[in-house]
Amino acid sequence: MKMLLRIRTIAAVALLGLMVSACGYNNIPTYEEQAKAKWADVQNNYQRRTDLIPNLVATVQGYAKQERDVLTAVIEARAKATQTKIDASQLTDPEKLKQFQDAQNQLSGALGRLIAVSENYPDLKSNQNFLALQSQLEGTENRISVARRDYIEAVRAYNTELKTFPGLLWASTFFRNNKPMVEFAAGENAQTPPQVKF
Amino acid sequence: MTARWTALPVVSSRSRPVIALLVLLSAVVAALAQTFPPLTGRIVDQAGIIPAETREAIEPKLIRLEAESGIQLVVATVTSLQGQEIEPYANELFRSWRLGEKAKNNGILLLVAPNEKRVRIEVGYGLEGTLTDALSKVIITNAITPRFKVGDFGEGISRGIDDIITVLTTDASEWQERPSLRLDSQQTDDPLNWFIVALLIAFVTLFIVSPGFRWFVLNVALNAGVHSGGSRSSGGFSRGGGSSGGGGFSGGGGSSGGGGASGSW
Repeated sequence: MKMLLRIRTIAAVALLGLMVSACGYNNIPTYEEQAKAKWADVQNNYQRRTDLIPNLVATVQGYAKQERDVLTAVIEARAKATQTKIDASQLTDPEKLKQFQDAQNQLSGALGRLIAVSENYPDLKSNQNFLALQSQLEGTENRISVARRDYIEAVRAYNTELKTFPGLLWASTFFRNNKPMVEFAAGENAQTPPQVKF
Repeated sequence: MTARWTALPVVSSRSRPVIALLVLLSAVVAALAQTFPPLTGRIVDQAGIIPAETREAIEPKLIRLEAESGIQLVVATVTSLQGQEIEPYANELFRSWRLGEKAKNNGILLLVAPNEKRVRIEVGYGLEGTLTDALSKVIITNAITPRFKVGDFGEGISRGIDDIITVLTTDASEWQERPSLRLDSQQTDDPLNWFIVALLIAFVTLFIVSPGFRWFVLNVALNAGVHSGGSRSSGGFSRGGGSSGGGGFSGGGGSSGGGGASGSW
């Protein structure tokens, strides 16, 4: 009798375990990890842009030394953007994300001016190195916007899971420490990445 | 697409679940509103600008490329970008067609929008290191747009495809190891294991402490489970991972993160 009882207990536990995981217990951690991975992509792409800048500045400098203001603006914005980093655990902090966003937006603006200024230098515009850098910059901007879109969708899935049934049950019991993540605020030029024209 | 960019407004915490659901719904509606031409083959000529002889010349090359390297290269022309820029449109089209193998993400899409006068080479994650943005741009500016300018779409596409294939097939050693570097393809650890342990502890504790719970488990839950369980077959579920047979062409599950370049004429 005791033996049977024990077997029943084990079976019940296994059954309950299956039932619970079928009720979406795994969703919150899964969505959270997905959103964090998407964030890593966003940050990688911004990093990639930052890495392009020294070369770009050096190339432009060779042809347009007198544009000192624009060049320093880019260098300073880059330095600032390199300093403001967010790790995945800070994604729930709107203030941090805003700082990151602001720093990157400032860099976008400075880069936009640099590209605009370079229009005035025909030699620079036809430089092969500059053309290659320009297309890389253009590609990176596009990757950033794709990565941001993916991140926003992942965050939306995660936040929705936290706020809707049955995720709501898990969020209020086992995952009480899981806070909703912050979406990118649609900044003034978030919809249209700075255009790099040829 | 604009619906997805809007930030959630600040609302009282009580109405948040409703808002979240509404936002999700609107995102779904926005996604459905975007219609893409079906992937009918390696050349999808919705705009009808590719002459028959060009099609016959290109198609064997595309087939051979996939047979030799697994790379899915698809040419598409669309009548309209539906008000979007070509970059997001090409990316979403690429993803909805799922070009390239799932593990390698080795697909490429050459998209031409003759009415908007825009062309784009969208490169899958796995080939970004081979067909770089700079190389894509060079192909577009040298091989494609000069011919598009004079209205010779067939020749422009044909030369563009030739150049893309040349880039892809000249250095095979590099692109074969690229896909493993992608962060995207790794799966996160399944948190099921520790959860079962925690649940077991909670269950046993409850079982010992609460007589009411004990009674419930032994008399209600378990009996119901045993009765229904007896007649159930133990099939489990299996996931088919193979692609469909039957001669048609379909994407292999690959994705793209916006690599490549665009141009206009």
